[in-house]
Amino acid sequence: MKEIILVKDGEIVLKGLNRRAFEDILKKNVKHSLYPIGKFEVTSAQSTIYVKPLDDDADLDEACDRISRIFGIAAFSRAVVCDEKTLESVMKTAPYYLEDVLKNAKTFKVEAKRSDKKFPYKSPDICREAGGAILEKFPHLKVDVHNPEVTVYVEIRDFGAYIHADPIKGAGGIPVGTGGNAAILISGGIDSPVAAYMMAKRGIRLTAIHFASPPYTSMRAEEKVVRLLQKVAKYSGTMTMYTVPFTKIQEKIKSDCPEELFTIIMRRLMMEISERIAKQNDCAALITGESLGQVASQTIGALQCTDEATDMVVFRPLIGMDKQEIIDISYKIDTYETSIEPYEDCCTVFTPKHPRTKPVLKYVKEAQEKADFNELVEVALENLKTTYIKPDND
Amino acid sequence: MHYLDNSATTVVSEKAAQKAFEIMTQTYGNPSSLHFMGLQAEHELEAARKSVAKRLGVQTDELYFTSGGTESNNTALFGTAQAKKRRGNRIVVSAVEHSSIVEAANKLESDGFEVVRIAPRADGIIYADDVAAAVDSGTILVSVMLVNNETGAIMPIDKIFSAVRAKNPDVVCHTDAVQAFGKIKINAKRLGADLISVSAHKVHAPKGCGALYVKKGVRIVPLHYGGEQEKKLRPGTEALPLIAAFGVACNEFDIDGNLKKVEELNNYAKSLLTEIDGVTINSPQNALPYVLNISAGKVRSETMLHFLEELDVYVSSGSACAKGKPSYVLSAMGLSKDRADSALRISFSKYSTAKDVEALCAGIKAGLTTLAHR
Repeated sequence: MKEIILVKDGEIVLKGLNRRAFEDILKKNVKHSLYPIGKFEVTSAQSTIYVKPLDDDADLDEACDRISRIFGIAAFSRAVVCDEKTLESVMKTAPYYLEDVLKNAKTFKVEAKRSDKKFPYKSPDICREAGGAILEKFPHLKVDVHNPEVTVYVEIRDFGAYIHADPIKGAGGIPVGTGGNAAILISGGIDSPVAAYMMAKRGIRLTAIHFASPPYTSMRAEEKVVRLLQKVAKYSGTMTMYTVPFTKIQEKIKSDCPEELFTIIMRRLMMEISERIAKQNDCAALITGESLGQVASQTIGALQCTDEATDMVVFRPLIGMDKQEIIDISYKIDTYETSIEPYEDCCTVFTPKHPRTKPVLKYVKEAQEKADFNELVEVALENLKTTYIKPDND
Repeated sequence: MHYLDNSATTVVSEKAAQKAFEIMTQTYGNPSSLHFMGLQAEHELEAARKSVAKRLGVQTDELYFTSGGTESNNTALFGTAQAKKRRGNRIVVSAVEHSSIVEAANKLESDGFEVVRIAPRADGIIYADDVAAAVDSGTILVSVMLVNNETGAIMPIDKIFSAVRAKNPDVVCHTDAVQAFGKIKINAKRLGADLISVSAHKVHAPKGCGALYVKKGVRIVPLHYGGEQEKKLRPGTEALPLIAAFGVACNEFDIDGNLKKVEELNNYAKSLLTEIDGVTINSPQNALPYVLNISAGKVRSETMLHFLEELDVYVSSGSACAKGKPSYVLSAMGLSKDRADSALRISFSKYSTAKDVEALCAGIKAGLTTLAHR
């Protein structure tokens, strides 16, 4: 019994003339994702991508699991390939492939799709004959075309006849790589991995930037970020992470700037440094995990001050979300448990007791310019550490 | 390297490591096997048991090997609770126990036992009167550690247990001696203990091994079921390489000699540290000198720890959690949040030197001047 995975394109079918390019990227993403687990042939036709295992012992459960996380896929089905593209073969295969579910069901129906119009039987004929074969093997079943417990799909396509159960919902979104590159500022908390995931879903290829302040932050805090990104990479694909040595800059803000402006000036410098790294990496935008009003540095006034530090577009996909909504997504993408590990990160170390919630840009800029961070910024940029991030199951 | 985190774990002594290697590559039989190699292995096992039992002043048939301190503590608590649940419902523990007692007690509480937690007084010590006051006729178990892992405070276990027995002679008395074993002389009878937990890796033996003393006549219910090993109290093939190494490490104990040496080091450290502005000593006056708990100015524990690590000096943060949650042990002693937040635990071994202490003190001094404060 040969199985195959039929992948239905998501939003990209709407993309008109660019569709080919989108589909090629999606195919490449599927190939990359499956590469570590075995040999698969990935081809496309009739807005479906065919994922065919080339080894007999290929792990299709794992393949389905990986495909469920690839953006740009509306739905996918694990299907059996009938030995021949004939009605007889369909009738022979259908009752057996879905034996386990049919055995325990009370009602079913067959849905046939004939996209190969040269096939001599029409869809209603296929349904009737396949349904008959199933009833013969499972006499306890009843046909219910409106509310069946089990739907058996028969697809007659150009390359063969396939049988499968209900399609599995895909990750949605658009393929990573079709939306350009952007850099995510990641601290190790709950929010930034979720923001990274959300932008990857919109087709963005990610570069990650992390600010480390040893000894105020530990090696473990940085490793935690690596582990978070490895989880995000299961959706976004591989990425490069840059670690910025931030200690000297934070110490200088602490000693040379007003305490209540500490966080806002720090965030401005982070944006400035990130923009430089982003540009070197062909990124056209920055991504942050800010959510309006969550903390003092995430008020409208504070965001205005941080925005002013960069010319780049800044994506803040969480801006209108509640903490609980963000946490829900972090559970879904499996980053929550890692995010809450209690290591100091660069944002918590120097937190002022009473941060300014309505900073005035003019004064913030004055304070920052008076302290003059240019030299330290250059030194930090010269000492970046590069880490290559792969999905954590590769 | 200046390793001053010996309460966390210790280097394995060369002889102990050699023993483990020898067992893994030569005397690797299963002690339960009937053939000669099995017998050879059994001899190794019993030699180790004798060696550990001797240091606790107990009979070899009262000593059971486990996977470490946590398992010994869990076996003591759950095993006793299970065995005596019809006799009573109250369990008394100190508030400054190791997490393997704290969490086991929490679980017993959620299972329906009444758990009473005894706080230390301001000197960090648990007093016999306070424990005895909590003991009633329905009390089945008392568990108080011999030496506290964060402060080095030595608890008057003999006084505590005799006061407990004066109120209720049927109470099973357990002490977690993980931090005391090999550092002070322990005699089960003199302590009046029914159960004692010890661990191998705190005494220059490998991780993954420990022992539980169970006084003859005291019944506890096993946590695991399987073969006949350890008289069914702890079934499963014995971790012989670790156990034999544990035995060798115990033979190397020089309690008086090492204590004197470490006491001098501790005094030296204290004399250097108290000269540094902002450093305060948290360990009680007559604490075990192997542990020295201090607070360093207003620099957070974790920051100072990582700063010292860059100087190749390794200590532990006294505070159990980084995000502003101070150590429950120090809080129970009534230390302010600021002091608990900047607490460091320095812990010595027989291998520690004056150079280690000097590197540490120079590091803390440098940290206090260069690191940004809260």
